[in-house]
Amino acid sequence: MAKLTFDFKKNWWKLIAVILVFYTVIGGFLIKVPRIAIVQESVRNQFFHVSMWFSMMILLTTSLLFSIRYLAKSKMKYDGIAEEFAYMGIILGILGLATGSIWARFTWGAWWVNDAKLNGAAICMLIYLAYVILRNSIEDEIQRARISAVYNIFAWSTLLPLLYILPRLTDSLHPGSGGNPGFNIYDLDNNLRLVFYPSIIGWTLLGIWIIQLRVRVKEIKSKLEDIS
Amino acid sequence: MKKYIIMFFSNLIAFSVMAQHGEINAVEMADALRTSGKIYVVVLVVTVILTGLILYLIRLDKKVSRLEKEVSNKVKFEAR
Repeated sequence: MAKLTFDFKKNWWKLIAVILVFYTVIGGFLIKVPRIAIVQESVRNQFFHVSMWFSMMILLTTSLLFSIRYLAKSKMKYDGIAEEFAYMGIILGILGLATGSIWARFTWGAWWVNDAKLNGAAICMLIYLAYVILRNSIEDEIQRARISAVYNIFAWSTLLPLLYILPRLTDSLHPGSGGNPGFNIYDLDNNLRLVFYPSIIGWTLLGIWIIQLRVRVKEIKSKLEDIS
Repeated sequence: MKKYIIMFFSNLIAFSVMAQHGEINAVEMADALRTSGKIYVVVLVVTVILTGLILYLIRLDKKVSRLEKEVSNKVKFEAR
């Protein structure tokens, strides 16, 4: 058994991640929320479903930055980091789709509706899944890194129109699109913000923790390959 | 740090007080659940699950740290 030591200087952000996620879960269930017809208590999904997408956006944008950095510096390390950020972002996106589907079932009455926002999000996930497939289909390391970095830039640039622009141009059931602004909810109640913003930071940091572990394992692997 | 921890717990207390004073309104909410206190059961269950997952993550983190140390020792050994 390793001694349970906590390197505060190195790991303080992990502690913050844990505190914020617990705060989200406990506070998210217990705070007073605005009374909205049909949505009712499910407005608390804001702290889980919506923050999944916000965190996804942060992680995928970070992935993009590392891809650009790889193209500029040609260091394999950056490609590896970009990969892990993208994977974690995809996981959060899939969780966002799944939780959104459940929420839709109990507020709109169907698991899936042909809505610009929903279809856009699904297309985004498919585009990013293609990123995973692309990576796994190229044998040569440098070629893989370069092609997937370029593809990552393409994939990220489809996010903005598909998630934020196109849904606003049409009618949509989803809050935050077409004459249905999502942040209107805050006019009703500031309490939501109290948990919503920390929840975004909490889930994002938790994601980064998992990403960091995977990147470290990757580095160990490459070190072992170097000496053998 | 201590200040933040105290702040965190005082927030929790504030939340639970707020939760108990939900006023009855036209919109149907889980008021009965809250007055009977059963919502705390759910909160507890979710907290336990989350605790388990986080402990697992901490264990993984420790394992990776140990591996890192082993590998860097090995690299030093090979270099000699």
